[in-house]
Amino acid sequence: MSFDIPAEFRYLDSHEWIDVTGDTARVGISDVAQDELGDVVFVELPAEGDQFDAGAEFAVVESIKAVSDVYTPVTGEVTAVNEALLDRPELINEEPYGDGWLVELELTDTDELDELLSPEAYAEKVES
Amino acid sequence: MDRQTPLYEYHADRGASFTGFGGWEMPVEFDSIQAEHQHVRETVGKFDVSHMGQIEVTGPDAATLLQRLTTNDVAALDPGEAQYAAITDEEGIMLEDTVVYRLPDGETYLFVPNAGNDTAMADRCQWVRSEFDLDAEVETTTTDWAMIAVQGPRAPAQFEAATGEEYTLDRFEIERATIASVECLVAATGYTGEDGFELLAPWAEASTVWRAFDVPPCGLGARDTLRLEMGLLLSGQDFDPDEQPRTPYEAGIGFVVDLDTAFIGRDALQAAREAGVEETLCGVELLDRGVLRHGHTVTAPDGEEIGHVTSGTMSPTLGVSIGLAYVASEYAEPDETVRVVVRDEPKNARIRATPFLNR
Repeated sequence: MSFDIPAEFRYLDSHEWIDVTGDTARVGISDVAQDELGDVVFVELPAEGDQFDAGAEFAVVESIKAVSDVYTPVTGEVTAVNEALLDRPELINEEPYGDGWLVELELTDTDELDELLSPEAYAEKVES
Repeated sequence: MDRQTPLYEYHADRGASFTGFGGWEMPVEFDSIQAEHQHVRETVGKFDVSHMGQIEVTGPDAATLLQRLTTNDVAALDPGEAQYAAITDEEGIMLEDTVVYRLPDGETYLFVPNAGNDTAMADRCQWVRSEFDLDAEVETTTTDWAMIAVQGPRAPAQFEAATGEEYTLDRFEIERATIASVECLVAATGYTGEDGFELLAPWAEASTVWRAFDVPPCGLGARDTLRLEMGLLLSGQDFDPDEQPRTPYEAGIGFVVDLDTAFIGRDALQAAREAGVEETLCGVELLDRGVLRHGHTVTAPDGEEIGHVTSGTMSPTLGVSIGLAYVASEYAEPDETVRVVVRDEPKNARIRATPFLNR
């Protein structure tokens, strides 16, 4: 089984991805995570304006067979949530790095990005 | 180390993901639980259920032994017939639910304990035999028989294609059939609510019989969503002698209890029936967004705790979350408004009659 792991993102062990542009970032769950979960049927998202510390649970993704907490890779404030997922949670299966994104965050401390996994390091974790 | 069915390699090659279930390593999903579910509801799918146990009882007192063991009326079975039943302890608590088959020869009775329960149930049979001094032989044949379920509206047509014979089985009938030159037992039983049958094939011939049906393979994930839409019980979850001790009346299967027969637990169940049940297993539909799961608390609208969810899922057919919950009997009426606490948040729900689907 080979998984898509885009080279321009960074990752957490717990299978979240982050795509940073300046001091804002998009966060979602990886191809590996969506494949492991199977058909996603429900997503619980935070509200705009919510603040989260790096590593905090900020969303829940549920498939038929599993409930999975999602952790934020960095500290920040939620500036947008992907409301399309409320009606179409399957977007996470279809396009985990595209229309299946979860939230956008305004970063508090860009130094935290250095703590995250590179695509190569994440790919290695997934293989092992 | 979990046991593997004779079809394990086929499932692995087909790209299944696996899960441990009752001591067996079983395919949970092939491509998509929702797609597999839909195949069975709309056309047909096949399941490897070789993890189910088989126990065969023979001898002059075979029927008497099963009459003592199970709550339904075994004496009512003609050769080639089957019935659903509970197995209860002296207190009337469900140890197991099962299907009892009287094989076409009329001499042999076979029943199907759930995965991992065959040893306990065979021991219980031996105990019944000596307790009542019965002349019967009890043999566990779990790994003599592979079990394959072919389920869905087109299952009868699949049978006819595979055998060249007309499909004449009514629900809960069993006969012998030859599939791809393999002698099998075929029973019109299942766990999905659809037309279909379950095959008992010799363990070593399982792959030949599996390949004789060119229909999508389905895993335990779809098996669970299909049975939940029909409100069918899952042993170890909706009842369990240790974690969820319940009588058949509480579990909503009073129809399998025949108090005119002499089974273990009969007197306790007669008393329980006269006393009425305090909690009943009923269907629940979540009205708010979310997914019901095992362990969720059910409350009245005022927040008073009135029960808990034992099984829950997102119904692929209905597109809403459904579940089974033990609820205080005064609330266990269809359309009663209740709440279910999901991650500390009370969500609106209503009691539903089961099955959730008309079939």
